[in-house]
Amino acid sequence: MYRYDEFDAAFVRERVAQFRTQVERRLAGELSEDEFKPLRLMNGLYLQLHAYMLRIAVPYGTLSAKQMRMLAHVARKYDKGYGHFTTRQNMQFHWPRLVDVPDILADLATVEMHAIQTSGNCIRNVTADQFAGATAEEIEDPRPLCEIIRQWSSLHPEFTFLARKFKIAVGATEHDRAALQYHDMAVQVVHNAEGRLGYLVMAGGGMGRTPYVAHVMREFVEREDILAYLEAVLRVYNQDSRRDNIHKQRIKILINAIGPEEMRRRVAREFDEIKASGSLQLPEEELQRIAAYFAPPEFEALPDTSQAFEAARARDHAFARWADTNLSAHRAPGYAIATISLKPIGGVPGDISDKQMDGLADIMDEFGHEEIRVTHEQNMVMPHVKKDDLFAIYTKLKALDLAADNVGLITDIIACPGLDYCDLANARSIPVAQAIAKQFADPDRQRDIGELKIKISGCINACGHHHAGHIGILGVDKKGVEYYQLQLGGSGAEDAAIGEIMGPGFDEHEIAGAVERVVDAYLQLREDGERFLDTYRRLGMEPFKNVAYQEQLHAAY
Amino acid sequence: MAQKTKTGFQILTANRLRDGAVLYWKDGAWVDALADADVFESAEAADAALEAGRGFVRNQYVVTPYLFDVVLDKGTVKPVREREIIRAAGPTIRTDLGKQAKPSLEAFDVSI
Repeated sequence: MYRYDEFDAAFVRERVAQFRTQVERRLAGELSEDEFKPLRLMNGLYLQLHAYMLRIAVPYGTLSAKQMRMLAHVARKYDKGYGHFTTRQNMQFHWPRLVDVPDILADLATVEMHAIQTSGNCIRNVTADQFAGATAEEIEDPRPLCEIIRQWSSLHPEFTFLARKFKIAVGATEHDRAALQYHDMAVQVVHNAEGRLGYLVMAGGGMGRTPYVAHVMREFVEREDILAYLEAVLRVYNQDSRRDNIHKQRIKILINAIGPEEMRRRVAREFDEIKASGSLQLPEEELQRIAAYFAPPEFEALPDTSQAFEAARARDHAFARWADTNLSAHRAPGYAIATISLKPIGGVPGDISDKQMDGLADIMDEFGHEEIRVTHEQNMVMPHVKKDDLFAIYTKLKALDLAADNVGLITDIIACPGLDYCDLANARSIPVAQAIAKQFADPDRQRDIGELKIKISGCINACGHHHAGHIGILGVDKKGVEYYQLQLGGSGAEDAAIGEIMGPGFDEHEIAGAVERVVDAYLQLREDGERFLDTYRRLGMEPFKNVAYQEQLHAAY
Repeated sequence: MAQKTKTGFQILTANRLRDGAVLYWKDGAWVDALADADVFESAEAADAALEAGRGFVRNQYVVTPYLFDVVLDKGTVKPVREREIIRAAGPTIRTDLGKQAKPSLEAFDVSI
């Protein structure tokens, strides 16, 4: 894992001291709320429905055992015994007191954590594929570049007051697990025709009120030029974005207004200027120095088949079921990637208790795991698990109530905090996720349905990624009452697509039933090997729309 | 200026600066429970309370005071919007937390 150097440590310490003074000045009346708000937002502190909310950065979703224990400590000492993992791979605490936040940040700084740039109109925490460094599919670990982007973008004087927030993700595989095409800017590690390693850069993706899938800005950027190219995109955005209308300030609006071709032209011009000045070259040795922090553990030479794993799988049906859904292929023989679902049936997607966090840290220590990952789908990942250890780890996860066997299935639902917590929300998300999960709780039925990604947002800001759901659900407010719009056919993967809105919304009691009718229609209509998304793409909205509204139509007539 | 609404009843609310807790206006001061809050029948009374409540912004006790609509249902005050119902109680999916939590279950000390 990356370790702070003296500059990083001093920078974070100074920031804590600075914020402590800002809080004192606010409490003493020297700063008004209008003056204080941008300062607290720059430190991830929001005021929500019931209390403040503190969003803590988990750079590229990677955490050490020590950091997990610190998050557990914060949950216990300053909050209400739990935290919430978000679609940005961050952690949110829903109940901190303003007066405690400087102490929380000081505690976090002791384990190299902070809340800097988790809010505000700046470059936000960089996200990455949760299988980084572990999957055989990848060209190289994307996290060294994430870390370099983090260092380049932290308190970047030019990009600290952008028109709006700016989100960057990095991936290194064909199969996109990081929703790259829905980011303001995304980098994919690629080889060019000569087999040289470099980066494909996309920009202008985003969700929210006006969803767009990103455009490719440049097919291939040389490694040493990557910061220069990213800076060129940011400069064009910073200079040309509209600042007069909050709904038109993201880079996606700029690119789609002037067209991707014109954007590419403006970026190329800027890029040439930066290159000509000779600044912002990324030396290979610096890249290698950072990459060394992310070196994988020494993998033992193991046969790919583990007798212990196969025996446990044969005798324990529940373990076999968990293994089928929650394990992914690892690059090293005899190892697996284990996804820990934070979606128990009836639970709150992404929530994790202090005891669970401590328990995971204990498992990491006991089995010699240096790191654990957070996924944008609000789950966790143990990236390098020996197959021989899987049953023992599974047993411990089960004792922690962390052994839900539903990764990638219909009950593995993304949901934002929604109106249960969020000041911006129009409707609740979590109870809808819970109702749907309960409806499809039967594990055999889930497996029969197969891969189906449901994503729920409680407002148009789309923190729950509803545009990218195979089935997306958007909560809206109709005269003070919660309604839910269905969207079908979205995807956040390499086949990214924006879901199509079905029609009028359903009320909170109807929505789970409507989803069930849509899924039942899929089961009847699917052809061999088709996922829900494939069937939808083949047949379109009509057959699903008919069944979704069936009951309502009958009632109306 | 407060708008006269169709229900005609309003309550004044804000969040406490130090901890963000939801507060309601009663008799020139702030209380914890919606049920204890003053219910204003006239826009003039609501506006006067809002103006008085803003004094507590100036002395750093609360932030963002605002009025919201309520209906009286069999003698009980009920907010019109779901948002205010949830603010008054706590998360609907964690009834052990927030104002709805029984004090004995509420280990977290919000007193300051």
